[in-house]
Amino acid sequence: MLEVEGLHAHYGRAHILQGVTLSAAQGEVVALLGRNGAGKSTTMKAIMGLVRPTGGRVRFQGQDVTGREPFEIARQGLGYVPEERRIFTELTVMENLDVGRQPPRAGLAPWTPERVFALFPSLGAMRARPGGRMSGGEQQMLTIARTLMGNPRLILLDEPSEGLAPVIVERMAAAILELKREGITVLLSEQNLHFARLVSDRACVLEKGAIRWEGTLAALMEAEEVRAQYLSV
Amino acid sequence: MTLRVEDLHKSFGGVQAVAGVSLEVAAGELVALIGPNGAGKSTCFNMLNGQLRPDRGRVVLKGEDITGLPPRAVWRRGVGRTFQITATFASMSVLENVQMALLSHRRRLFDLWRPVAREDPAEALALLARVGMQAQAGRPCGVLAYGDLKRVELAIALANAPALLLMDEPTAGMAPAERVALMELTARIARDSGIAVLFTEHDMDVVFAHADRILVLDRGRPIAEGRPAEVRADARVREVYLGTGATHGGH
Amino acid sequence: MFENLLVQGLSGLASASSLFLVASGLTVIFGVTRIVNFAHGSLYMLGAYLAWTLVTNLPRGHFGFWGGVLAAALIVGVVGVLIEVLLLRRIYKAPELFQLLATFGVVLIVQDLALMIWGPQDLLGPRAPGLRGATEILGVRFPLYELFLIFVGPVVLGLLWLLFHRTRWGTRVRAATADREMVGALGVNQRLLFTTVFFLGACLAGLGGALQLPRESVNLQMDLAIIAEAFVVVVIGGLGSLPGAFLAALLIGQMQAFGILIFPKITLVLAFLVMAVVLILRPYGLLGRPPASAHAAQVVEPPYPPPSPAFRALGLATVAVALLLPPFLGDFALIVFTEIAIMVLFAASLHFIMGPGGMASFGHAAYFGLGAYGAALLVKHVAAPMEIGLLAAPFAAGLAGVVFGWFCVRLSGVYAAMLTLAFAQIAWSAAFQWVELTGGDNGILGVWPSDWARNKLAYYYLALLLCLGATLLLRRAIMAPFGYALRAGRDSPLRAEAIGMDGFRIRWVAFILAAVAAGIAGGLFAYAKGSVFPTYMAIPRSVDALLMVLLGGVQTLSGPIVGALAYTWIHEQLMRLFELWRLLLGAVILLLVLFFPQGLAGAAQRAAEKRA
Repeated sequence: MLEVEGLHAHYGRAHILQGVTLSAAQGEVVALLGRNGAGKSTTMKAIMGLVRPTGGRVRFQGQDVTGREPFEIARQGLGYVPEERRIFTELTVMENLDVGRQPPRAGLAPWTPERVFALFPSLGAMRARPGGRMSGGEQQMLTIARTLMGNPRLILLDEPSEGLAPVIVERMAAAILELKREGITVLLSEQNLHFARLVSDRACVLEKGAIRWEGTLAALMEAEEVRAQYLSV
Repeated sequence: MTLRVEDLHKSFGGVQAVAGVSLEVAAGELVALIGPNGAGKSTCFNMLNGQLRPDRGRVVLKGEDITGLPPRAVWRRGVGRTFQITATFASMSVLENVQMALLSHRRRLFDLWRPVAREDPAEALALLARVGMQAQAGRPCGVLAYGDLKRVELAIALANAPALLLMDEPTAGMAPAERVALMELTARIARDSGIAVLFTEHDMDVVFAHADRILVLDRGRPIAEGRPAEVRADARVREVYLGTGATHGGH
Repeated sequence: MFENLLVQGLSGLASASSLFLVASGLTVIFGVTRIVNFAHGSLYMLGAYLAWTLVTNLPRGHFGFWGGVLAAALIVGVVGVLIEVLLLRRIYKAPELFQLLATFGVVLIVQDLALMIWGPQDLLGPRAPGLRGATEILGVRFPLYELFLIFVGPVVLGLLWLLFHRTRWGTRVRAATADREMVGALGVNQRLLFTTVFFLGACLAGLGGALQLPRESVNLQMDLAIIAEAFVVVVIGGLGSLPGAFLAALLIGQMQAFGILIFPKITLVLAFLVMAVVLILRPYGLLGRPPASAHAAQVVEPPYPPPSPAFRALGLATVAVALLLPPFLGDFALIVFTEIAIMVLFAASLHFIMGPGGMASFGHAAYFGLGAYGAALLVKHVAAPMEIGLLAAPFAAGLAGVVFGWFCVRLSGVYAAMLTLAFAQIAWSAAFQWVELTGGDNGILGVWPSDWARNKLAYYYLALLLCLGATLLLRRAIMAPFGYALRAGRDSPLRAEAIGMDGFRIRWVAFILAAVAAGIAGGLFAYAKGSVFPTYMAIPRSVDALLMVLLGGVQTLSGPIVGALAYTWIHEQLMRLFELWRLLLGAVILLLVLFFPQGLAGAAQRAAEKRA
């Protein structure tokens, strides 16, 4: 479904991604783990075209999308949920969903506001509320819902648990598992290992802009030296 | 008692954001303020640091009523702050960042003549040494790693020998072990210098490991207060905030 | 009496409608692209000229007139698209002042193009078929065309509201207003979206201009005249707010209609006074909201690097030339040298608040001009000698800095730029309209130096001493705690306040110091020229200052000096050698903005770093 090969990216003169290689198969939930500044968000932005890659390839469903405009990549069926939520605060819940809406995709049941509200019932109760008057947890749900309206085949979820209360984080985990059941592929970046363990099939550990370890979550829990080396100080 | 907060209230456009919060922090003590998003933690914090004026209630620092003073006046009375997203002067070096706090402390900001480069750096370097950053004193703040920036913020906050440190989500955006290291450093400095620390935090591992006491807010009201073990066992806290513990280490 | 008031009220409504058409386009464009489009007045002027050409060439009658008006609006829309695609697309991420300057470059280019195509004379268009006569309202005769205009405004407002709130395009545009990158990541082609928005805005400007055809003559001054008013309307209404622009247009329309009856002397100032009052009470306009800063590109300024030895040598060489060469120069060269010395101080004074302060000023000429007038008025009314005049200059400018600065430093970004522009326009209008005191357009003549400085060489050394001295003092302040505090407030206001800094007072003092320095430059300029005119405070003079600072590079210490040298030289050459110097200057501005965003000194520094 998604193959990233030797991806490089710079911010100004800083070499942030130094050859990231990873892949996600249809229906898989892959966790991208690593410390702050390891390059998780940049990897997602580079895949999405929000940061221009300076080397390497991104292939999505066999098509090369490297360096394409973000809107073109989104129309291919790649959804992006940013770290800082970035809700359109002046727009209502329904309008936020409308901005994300894209034509249905073959083989996927099209997402409608009703289906999205079934996944996140609390949003259904506030359809006309402006995004700016929602709590952090509700906003996080709305960003995911908004991206789903584009009928993505794969979702990039950037730190979905950051800054949320533990009870909301549990609800997020349930929603991700629900998406997996729908056949949607998920690449999620996380710092919260407990959360990643609940939802992911596989983990890629990122450090200084490159993947240093790859394997199942169970294997990662066994590999204490990997966690000590890359996930803690 | 370093900080005494009595019965704070604040509402925005008819919505009660904080209703009846009281708390105390003693010198050398670390107190955590936790609760779900929208519980009123930030509002509460902003009333303590002077960014918001409470509708009702008092904030008393070392016996002096500081309710409603602007942030800069609150700082002059001995309240240091760190921010959820670090706030430093990116166009200056680490050393200069600390020197700015010292210059402000000595009320020398309107000096138009004597170059900053000729200031004696000893005091600023000593502050940086306390947080383990003296080796990076000459680097611009704009290029530091995030964890290092947090340390610089701590050094800046210590520049006017504060009685109270207010830390808004001090470990947000850091790797788990970095979090532990920063909080251990904070706790050590607080105990050594008798500084009272009040912090908000979402990482329960940090909270339970480092807070002497915890105050839990929900919808603007305090629902529990006590030692970490007591708060963790509280049924109401588990329901509105902590959940089953599956997504954090607090099983 | 009643009839008179009624007619004034109705005319006010008609003007309000015209004003709203222009302002709506400006505010729509700003809302989405965050660009304050200085060239919007040029699009309005183009609309009027194109309508004149089309209407006078098409067959007479309804089709010829209304068809011509609509076609003119659409053609202007296409011109807008060209400007967006060729220029603005490349600078969406640039700082606000660069964008303002780039669109000002377009203003200059369009002025000369219009002059080439339509000539310098005023053009009169035909009246609108079917609306030539007048009607009677409560016993008062009122032109039908004005009545028609009264209805155009609300109808356009209603249509725009429906467009933005009831169509998918509108929802996407409002989303892009908040966060363009996110809209793109959701699969919306936001480039195309921006281009369509610019098309709409340009059409509205063109329509506004075309509809003026039956009301007034078409001329080359229309662009700057309307843009100043449109800025006022948009800022009063709240940048980006359509209903706000409508309310503000009504307010300004009525103020001007009745202002003529009550204060005929200060009609020009009135609109700017209203704007200043509104911004003081509601800093983001009547219906505006504070800008969502979360995703505005946060520019991190690098520290000032220590000057390289080569650079230091170059600086010393420049000073040596400035000191040693002039005795061997003729009078003309001495005049140019004197002007350059003055411009260096003028640029350095603006750089002081723009660079370390991070404050945008689009009206710095006010303090330059008030310095000049401060000296000249003493000469004119009490025959004061030059020494007194040169002391009065910084005093007058500083006083204005105290008052205007107190308001301006409270705002940031575009709002601050607009307010500084408003204050400069107030000062300009006063100099222009208060004829008894200032001589109005004729200026004040006979502002000559004292005998000992009447010799061009002596005056040059006087100017050099004062300008170089003041410039070096400003530099010293930048490296002192005060300059650091100023930068601290720019880098992180939150942190500055949290370590006890009073950001407002620091910025205010900086603003006053900059005004004083500009005043010294203005005073010296007055005696160098022997006269002062309102143009010393006009928009182009403020733009001069900005260009010098940006040409040199905002975030370098030597920037203003390099910029003043380069700009004064380029300007001199262009005016001397080419008739169409505006067009060339506009082109130079565009090249500067597109290819040298860090300025000359910044670019030189980059090049030196690369070699190192």
